[in-house]
Amino acid sequence: MARSLRSDTEPSPAGGVAKQRAPAEDVRSGSFESILFDKPGASAEAMRLGEPDFFGDLNLDQVLESMMAGRSEYDLGPFFYAPLHEVESVTYRHEVLRDLEKSDVRESIQAFARRMRQMREHLAQVERLRYALQKQAWFLDAVTIYCEAVRLLSEELVRLDVVSRGLNEFRDYLTNYTASDGFGSLAVETEASRELLASVQYTMRIRADRVTVSRYEGEADYSAELEETFAKFEQQTPKSYLVNYSEDPEMNHIETRILELVARLYPDVFGPLDEYCTRHRDYLDEAIDRFDREVQFYLAYLELVEKLSESGLPFCYPQVSAHSTRTFADEAFDLALAIKLIGERSEVVCNDFYLEEPERVIVVTGPNNGGKTTFARMFGQLHYLASLGLLVPGTGAQLVLPDRLFTHFEKEENIATLRGKLEDELVRVHEILGEATGESVIVMNETFSSTTLQDALFVGTEVMKRILALNPLGVYVTFVDELASLSESTVSMVSTVVPENPAERTFKIVRKPADGLAYAWAIAEKYGLTYERLIERVVS
Amino acid sequence: MKVLLMYPDRDFDPKSELPANEIALTQDLELETLWDAMADGDPFLYGIARPAVLLGLTDPDEIVYRQRVLTDCLEHEEVVRQMYALAIEAIQSERKVNWLMSSASPDRILYRSVEILKLQVAVLRRLRQLAEETAGSFQSDGFTRFFAMLQQELDDDYLQTVERHLQALSFRRGVLISAALAKGNKGSGYVVRTPRRRRWTEQLPLGKRPASFTFQIPPRDDRGFLALANIRNRGINPVSNSIARSAEHVKSFFDMVRSELAFYLGCLNLHERLDEKAEPTCLPIPLPVGRSVIDARGLYDVCLALHVDERVVGNELGADDKSLVLITGANQGGKSTLLRGVGVAQLMMQSGMFIGAEAFRANVCEGIFTHFKREEDTSMERGKLDEELSRMSDIAEAIAPNCLLLCNESFASTNEREGPEIARQVVRALLEKGIKIFFVTHMFDLASGFHAQGLRTALFLRAERKPDGTRTFRITEGEPLSTSFGGDSYRRIFG
Repeated sequence: MARSLRSDTEPSPAGGVAKQRAPAEDVRSGSFESILFDKPGASAEAMRLGEPDFFGDLNLDQVLESMMAGRSEYDLGPFFYAPLHEVESVTYRHEVLRDLEKSDVRESIQAFARRMRQMREHLAQVERLRYALQKQAWFLDAVTIYCEAVRLLSEELVRLDVVSRGLNEFRDYLTNYTASDGFGSLAVETEASRELLASVQYTMRIRADRVTVSRYEGEADYSAELEETFAKFEQQTPKSYLVNYSEDPEMNHIETRILELVARLYPDVFGPLDEYCTRHRDYLDEAIDRFDREVQFYLAYLELVEKLSESGLPFCYPQVSAHSTRTFADEAFDLALAIKLIGERSEVVCNDFYLEEPERVIVVTGPNNGGKTTFARMFGQLHYLASLGLLVPGTGAQLVLPDRLFTHFEKEENIATLRGKLEDELVRVHEILGEATGESVIVMNETFSSTTLQDALFVGTEVMKRILALNPLGVYVTFVDELASLSESTVSMVSTVVPENPAERTFKIVRKPADGLAYAWAIAEKYGLTYERLIERVVS
Repeated sequence: MKVLLMYPDRDFDPKSELPANEIALTQDLELETLWDAMADGDPFLYGIARPAVLLGLTDPDEIVYRQRVLTDCLEHEEVVRQMYALAIEAIQSERKVNWLMSSASPDRILYRSVEILKLQVAVLRRLRQLAEETAGSFQSDGFTRFFAMLQQELDDDYLQTVERHLQALSFRRGVLISAALAKGNKGSGYVVRTPRRRRWTEQLPLGKRPASFTFQIPPRDDRGFLALANIRNRGINPVSNSIARSAEHVKSFFDMVRSELAFYLGCLNLHERLDEKAEPTCLPIPLPVGRSVIDARGLYDVCLALHVDERVVGNELGADDKSLVLITGANQGGKSTLLRGVGVAQLMMQSGMFIGAEAFRANVCEGIFTHFKREEDTSMERGKLDEELSRMSDIAEAIAPNCLLLCNESFASTNEREGPEIARQVVRALLEKGIKIFFVTHMFDLASGFHAQGLRTALFLRAERKPDGTRTFRITEGEPLSTSFGGDSYRRIFG
């Protein structure tokens, strides 16, 4: 019963009910598709992707989760599931990232994002409310915020130094959009409606059960009069006796009733407001809306980079190529582990690697808990992050854009398949080797450890031979030293220990033969039994 | 409205931060005895006496301002106690009105505050009447101003206006609330308005669209009544806040009357106690900071006098232009008592009180510090010196030129060679800083050292001892002696 007099039969203004008008495309010259993808249609295609198999193995799910904190509304997952395969596409992103690394550019976009978020909160409130006169007010605020967000971003992108193709094209799009008649009249009408509403002032006379609503006619403020009377007793007492009332956006039926009467007192204000809401129902521009979402992909990652950089961890733009003769990374680290360690204020150990023709596969051996798995993850992550067009951990890197990324990490025994652990692993590896090509990246960890050393040596050697025949890039973590020297395509790297205390790990993985000597040397040093020490000690 | 009985130009704040050395000062000068006498069992009076004594004045004019108010109080004790009682009555108005729940609504707060104000206003009227009756017989600037203010600010017109408002605030004929539209078109910015009296010429011509609509809440719509009450409460919220604060302000005014009178009531209580023992009191003459002056006749330690039944011995002290007073001499000869007497007199003078002496004249100090040997510290020698040095270091942290330092056997807890040397260095440095020092010591080496220098700014006093070994408890001028006559004690005890 307590609905608006004029609008209760109208559909809600932003309610997503049947659209009566198509967006005013006539006023929008030029178009803009995506700040993430240089190729038309790629954005829409990415939306269909799910989480890749290797996400869990490489702990990329953890990285994604930490970046998504506070950003769930943007549903950024699909963008992280869509690696790029062409160098230009990566360059498109690098350019945008470099622009966004400039604090003024980033702040402008963040301010825009905050406004867009606020706008969406207003639209959600429109949906929740029941009374038309309330919905209209929230809708009007949503449009106000939108106009402000768009206008400010457009102005700032013109003023700011943006060099990326993506942001340049978006700026041009915004310039045209804000200059269009459609946006112009939206802004003007919005402002006019606000001013009208702000001018409304009324009084309520409350006496027992009767309420009389009138226009305000300049009646004097009674509290001011009171305060004047008691002013001579004024002391500096900070105590307030104001009762706090929560501002529930909803209205009760008495408030609604009053508002209804106010609307009758001011038909020149509320009539046009109703028409305004109907006319501008579809005000939101699709390309701008999409930009707002997609740009969060960059902002989320840059925020993470910044947080880790503050702790002294380096990031760099990798050189990427479709095929490569040289792959390297300097002072890189496992991003997921770094996020965790920084949270615990622990130190993060960086590692280097390089592969030069004809080297293709790094075989990592050495003491357990020495950082071998972390190293393997890091290798996989670097390649994947590079193919997302992002900065990667490290002071410098050159990485290939793989056609596919495969991982095989030791899994718990799978009862459902009724196969033994070794067999299970072999099935999985067989699948991988069936799909991988010379353009792929493979990361294998601690495989075939559920069998005897002799079996592991045999199976490992056979699998390694097949891998080397396919010739992908990869890391192979094993406790079988012999695999490290199977061919000239393999490189041996070893996890190391602190010489004075072999029980303490350095988490450094270094390039050297897998002869187990590091361990022996460390123990020898501790007891003074190394060559040099023995020469010194033993009397000649 | 200000009371201004403690300061000519500002309120007395008993919650002001006390000097950092207040604990040492209280302990060393046994000030609790003084405050207990002032309080006479009333914790409120105690709570005022303590900060008033510890937060002394340094401007001789302000001291005299209080001395004159105090003189009025001594002459019109009855009226002063009556005003004090009125202040208490007004303050207790709150308790006579219903207790307020923490979740009270504005209309409850308003109702309660109006009731409190009605009681307070009645007392205000009586206080003003008392002022009218007695104004002429008070002499001090403080009371003259206070009475004039009451008569001027609280005239009948004003009190009637207040009472009229207190009536109107029951809103018997409804309440008029203005509003504007805020977020989501919700009514907000509620302000209670004074209704306009519409004259007949302003009546709307027939046929014009009405400027108002009225609706009524159906009798059984409970939620509706609640909602309406909510709007009404939001509307009167600022009014209720303002009235509640006014009631609190009026109460603070009475709090101030009470606090400021409480100090003088404390003085009256103390005066009575000393009068009973026929101990002399006088208003001291405060001299400005700068030239070092202490000139006393019959000076005694008020705290000691309050402690013992018999009358205490007063001392003469002429230490004008002396910045170092070294007191040596017989054990139990009254050295510490003199030291305390000086300290207590200085504090009482600077708080505007009378003091325990027949006459007293002294310059004001920027701060009073004490460094007394602590009897309870009988731990290891080493620890004891540490403790003493650490206390002196605290003092050094806080002390400044134109302060007074009272040392009682400082650094005596160590052997004869270290102690004097430390003391000598401390004293020399502080004297150079322009600090006045009274030093009671047994350390002949220290005392004779300063004596040998022949400083004109140093005064050497000695506790009197008759040749037969009896003490007079008088301290007279005299050079340090190499014995404190401890032998006397030995002989007295061992025969």
